[in-house]
Amino acid sequence: MDAIILQILNGLDKGSAYALIALGLTLIFGTLGVVNFAHGALFMIGAFCAVTLSKILNLSFETVDETKLDFLGNPAKIKTPYVESWFGPEVGATIIDWAVPLAILFSIPIMIAIGFIMERGLIKHFYKRPHADQILVTFGLAIVLQEIIKYFYGANPIPTGAPEVFKGSYDFGVLLGFDPNAIIYPYWRLVYFGFSALIIGGVFAFLQFTTFGMVVRAGMADRETVGLLGINIDKRFTIMFGIAAAVAGLAGVMYAPINSPNYHMGMDFLVLSFVVVVVGGMGSLPGAVLAGFLLGILESFASMNEVKSLIPGIDQIIIYLVAIIILLTRPRGLMGRKGVMED
Amino acid sequence: MSKSTLTRRGVLKSGAVAGAGLALPTIFTASSAAAYTNAPSGSTVTLGFNVPQTGPYADEGADELRAYELAVEHLNGGGDGGMMNTFSSKSLQGNGILGRKVEFVTGDTQTKSDAARASAKSMIEKDGAVMITGGSSSGVAIAVQGLCQEAGVIFMAGLTHSNDTTGKDKKANGFRHFFNGYMSGAALAPVLEKMYGKDRTAYHLTADYTWGWTQEESIAASTEALGWNTVNKVRTPLAATDFSSYIAPVLNSGADVLVLNHYGGNMVNSLTNAVQFGLREKVVNGKNFEIVVPLYSRLMARGAGANVKGIFGSTNWHWSLTDEGSKAFVKSFGTKYGFPPSQAAHTVYCQTLLYADACERAGSHNPCAVAEALEGFEFDGLGNGKTLYRAEDHQCFKDVLVVKGKENPTSEFDLLEIVEVTPAEQVTYAPDHPMFAGGQLGSCNPGA
Repeated sequence: MDAIILQILNGLDKGSAYALIALGLTLIFGTLGVVNFAHGALFMIGAFCAVTLSKILNLSFETVDETKLDFLGNPAKIKTPYVESWFGPEVGATIIDWAVPLAILFSIPIMIAIGFIMERGLIKHFYKRPHADQILVTFGLAIVLQEIIKYFYGANPIPTGAPEVFKGSYDFGVLLGFDPNAIIYPYWRLVYFGFSALIIGGVFAFLQFTTFGMVVRAGMADRETVGLLGINIDKRFTIMFGIAAAVAGLAGVMYAPINSPNYHMGMDFLVLSFVVVVVGGMGSLPGAVLAGFLLGILESFASMNEVKSLIPGIDQIIIYLVAIIILLTRPRGLMGRKGVMED
Repeated sequence: MSKSTLTRRGVLKSGAVAGAGLALPTIFTASSAAAYTNAPSGSTVTLGFNVPQTGPYADEGADELRAYELAVEHLNGGGDGGMMNTFSSKSLQGNGILGRKVEFVTGDTQTKSDAARASAKSMIEKDGAVMITGGSSSGVAIAVQGLCQEAGVIFMAGLTHSNDTTGKDKKANGFRHFFNGYMSGAALAPVLEKMYGKDRTAYHLTADYTWGWTQEESIAASTEALGWNTVNKVRTPLAATDFSSYIAPVLNSGADVLVLNHYGGNMVNSLTNAVQFGLREKVVNGKNFEIVVPLYSRLMARGAGANVKGIFGSTNWHWSLTDEGSKAFVKSFGTKYGFPPSQAAHTVYCQTLLYADACERAGSHNPCAVAEALEGFEFDGLGNGKTLYRAEDHQCFKDVLVVKGKENPTSEFDLLEIVEVTPAEQVTYAPDHPMFAGGQLGSCNPGA
């Protein structure tokens, strides 16, 4: 039982990342009708916003320490971060320690700006082109973006830690009446889950309870009519593209302490997130969230040794297996609109 | 007046023959003209450096390329000569190889077997490379080694740690300086016994490909010989990025040691996840839970950050060694590039010098002559103590380092500390050892 609870927690955590990326993907598809294969790259750029802020906060000046030697036997250069020099060692160290949460604020304007530039500079030229063209151009863009990141940051993963206060694990075992240490879960992963729920709730509330959101929803349902009413729906959809980019970026920022960011982390999530969107229903926001958590949990269960001993290799194919079953039995996805992908 | 015999059919026939001749790979035509593939005839000789320039191991590939360039510089008489000055063999004079200036071409393996074979093939056929070297993966090394055997050129392997490279997949034209999974197990086991005792229960997470399998087999065998119990061996997909669902079952498995048979990004993520799940703070069976990473790389350790602190593993070489060879190499490399070399850089630098030296001693670039010069060759001064290139399997036998993640690193390069230098005798095995069985070295192929 404790193993099952642990895998549910794992699934919710994985599902959080899938749901956040898929939410942005389906938002773009639902508003602009664009299949955006560069969305995984936005997640990756978000993670590198955290890396960049961490590097900025760690910018240092060097002093030569004659008492210590470097690897060549020369006097060692000691680096002291400017923030520690300006605010004192303790406050400076705390600021550096909190680089990832601070990167949330740092990344939002950057991600919205990248989203705007992507949409206005490239993707808008492909609105009336077939989906295959859109996939090709956005996939190409994703490769360009990840090569740019690799050029500046290298190919190796870059460790970007969570604040010290979130290191360690919470013991659910004691809380649920199991043995101590039977169900422990890292604090930061719990934070990630809570953060995802907050962002998902925020996006839904924005679309549901604001005039802007109402217009966007109306545009998603019938773009032409909304346009005929004199509303500049294209402008609003561009803003939604920026918001979708920010959601993917925030998912990436918060993911940085879970796995050290590297330039191809976006591609690792992209295919899975597309499967999530298809299973949830193209263009369906609740579908993307539901499918994200569902597939995250299924993937975690499939990784259990008991399951793998029954069906070897199931952990590697479970998501695709579910996608095939859904597409065969319900082509519009779990919560897709009737008619979408069914003709 | 002579009558022209030019006919449409004749032109077509001649064109077809000429076209076929031109299309025939130089790999075949060269061998008919000379005694071996790509025999150098001018004042230069070309070496092919096949390293990952793109993909997840691109940084390791970049470090290999730096070391190759340094080796070429030293062979051609430039720089301070590096380990040529400490190498026990004194055949290299700094005038290239056999008096020919060394030039090089590079290929990108992308850490994919098919791409690596294609780039090696291109360097052999189009660029006339007489030797191929490099790489950062066992799957790639085995694939390229096979190609070089067929093409009739020497392959000096780069970073490859699978037992199979010089085991069931060994080839007469292939040579490995790097250590292997068996050696890691043999070197680590006594240290693990000393640190953690004989009564331990291990859980293996293993990357699902040739290197992972052979390392898992090696480490399990050497720890079980100590009296450890192996409770589970779980294979993880090479493409896995989040290992949380593989780490979670470890918590309640009864294991008190987690062995991560992972490398590169896999290692960074699985170790990070294991530490996040609090495994290192856990007490199981009345003992502190421990994590072991049998194959360490400084470049990869950097990706895992503080998570490597106190974790044991093994490595082929480390820049903090104080023998004359290592010091000379670190000085050359550090002065040129501003930071210390990685173990990948060290092994490829050594391989280049060893190849060049073998050519000098053989008096030829002929792969069969070079192979003969390398087989059974004993040397010193290249950073790992006295070393033997064993004739039976073309594996180098030398000291192996057991290392530990440093608790208080002084720089971003100072991540590992050497715990023990395991002597070569302790990691030597019989050529017919079961873990290396199944393949034949065969005979060398000069491509003629």
